[in-house]
Amino acid sequence: MFQVRIHGRGGQGVVSAAEMLSLAAFDEGCHAQAFPSFGSERMGAPVTAYCRIDDKEIRLREPVMQPDALIIQDPTLLHQVDLFNGLSPSGYILINSTRSFDELGIGDFVRNFPPDHLCTVPASELALKHVGRPLPNAALLGGFAAISGRLRFDSVAKAIREKFPGKVGAANVAAAQAAYDSALAARKRMTADA
Amino acid sequence: MLKQTEGSHAIAEAVALCRPEVICAYPITPQTHIVEGLGEMVKSGELWNCEFINVESEFAALSVAIGASATGARSYTATASQGILFMAEAVYNAAGLGLPIVMTIGNRAIGAPINIWNDHSDSMALRDAGWIQLYAETNQEAADLHIQAFRLAEELSCPVMVCVDGFILTHAYDRIDIPSQDQVDRYLPPFEPVQVLDVNEPVSIGAMVGPDAFFEVRYLQHHKQSRALELIPQLAAEFKSQFGRDSGGLIRTYRCDDAETIVVALGSVVGTIKDAVDEMRERGQCIGAVSICSFRPFPLEEVRVALERAKRVVVIEKCLAVGIGGIVSDGVRKALSGIVLKGYTVIAGLGGRAITKRSLTGLFERAARDELEQLNFLDLNWDVVKRELERGKQQRRAGPSAENILRDLAAAGARVS
Repeated sequence: MFQVRIHGRGGQGVVSAAEMLSLAAFDEGCHAQAFPSFGSERMGAPVTAYCRIDDKEIRLREPVMQPDALIIQDPTLLHQVDLFNGLSPSGYILINSTRSFDELGIGDFVRNFPPDHLCTVPASELALKHVGRPLPNAALLGGFAAISGRLRFDSVAKAIREKFPGKVGAANVAAAQAAYDSALAARKRMTADA
Repeated sequence: MLKQTEGSHAIAEAVALCRPEVICAYPITPQTHIVEGLGEMVKSGELWNCEFINVESEFAALSVAIGASATGARSYTATASQGILFMAEAVYNAAGLGLPIVMTIGNRAIGAPINIWNDHSDSMALRDAGWIQLYAETNQEAADLHIQAFRLAEELSCPVMVCVDGFILTHAYDRIDIPSQDQVDRYLPPFEPVQVLDVNEPVSIGAMVGPDAFFEVRYLQHHKQSRALELIPQLAAEFKSQFGRDSGGLIRTYRCDDAETIVVALGSVVGTIKDAVDEMRERGQCIGAVSICSFRPFPLEEVRVALERAKRVVVIEKCLAVGIGGIVSDGVRKALSGIVLKGYTVIAGLGGRAITKRSLTGLFERAARDELEQLNFLDLNWDVVKRELERGKQQRRAGPSAENILRDLAAAGARVS
């Protein structure tokens, strides 16, 4: 089983992101379960959502406490919420930021993670450019497909279009494609450095 | 068709396939996406020959369903939490009048303190109102139970609640097989009411009766539930033969054959329990689980047969009957009347407290060593409780507990970081 935990703020599409991940995994023939952390959701308040992916029926109904991957939609949460709690030492960390892990002040913390499992992508900027609003969720899923190799980009794109039909979906797919390319490029740089 | 969708949406689709004619609901919290989805389907014409009525309260929602059902219309509503309490009088009336309404309960806690999260306090509060109560273990079962519920309700002329864990199921995206309209039509015939308000053949429904007749009418409700004990397994078997999967029935057993410890529970927590059972089986422990789907009528005989050879029973309950402990445990005890085995009640998951596999495994291991109390509270923070009790001792006007505990937790959080 592969478990993803997504952190962000109310209004950033955290819950939709987990749902789209589950749609993409379903499209690839997997079993998937997505659910929110069930807070009283308000704009700006910290929100968490989860997605489990497996090749058999998922019966477990507890929150994801030991994620294999973290998607952090809002880097201002880094020093506010215990984002890394339970994260596997070989887990993936994807952060929506124009800055590097060192610049975000967590360089030391992630030192022992596999370097190609770490990535920052400017998802808000990409969304602003392609969608016209700084909603990073769909773009980050593109980034997730790139670093995790768990899902094909095409499945992610299909999930985004299913969730957001029409123009909005197409624009979000464009943002996700840009984030996918950016994450792949960053990953190449990082593995070259390592 | 197999799809990845939200529990609430799958339920809405299943209800729509049952061709309801009147859907009424009070559309704000506590409510789920179910009626929202149905409202959209009525508006778009996808669900035709159906009137969607927005009402002013939950009391009105069920009252409209009662009126609609009495005219022979297949009627549906959904609620949860304080909503079902607000309609409590109508809940009893629907059952007393024998009207086959189907209602989804997206199970949530009841205040005070205010809390929107999952537990079973709401449906448990109305468990003896004369409705059949079915609890769904998964979202697939939640969708399937609605199809069975209309059939069951209409064959018996008795209302049915389908209880689905709020948030944990209603808000979760899962893989769900939504049947076709043809399949559902073959399973669920058009509604043929046993009583109907018809201007051409006037009758009154809901007459006042005195001591000479009330008792008999109430007994007949009990009789209906006894018939349901036979009908529920038949409908589940027929469902399986037509739809190809196990959904519903009275109870389901999991790895119980040689089990010394058997865990009994209702609803979605059974999934996590099954994972814990598998993990402990791998370590050589003889443990199994029983999922009760039909809580009303309570399947005394089936529960007895499932449990009688075990050494101990652990009942996990998402509702605290304040002043006594467990509710499901009472039924289990009654089922085991005359059989000597150890019984433990565990209250868990109140107000949305996560029930983790890790906590369950630890609990079941203690149970296997017979280290549990008769009444246990899973993952209750005793330190917080003790500090609040101490505040009450120190000072008469110690203030409201909920607020005190929030302040206490915030202070503890600040100390940690």
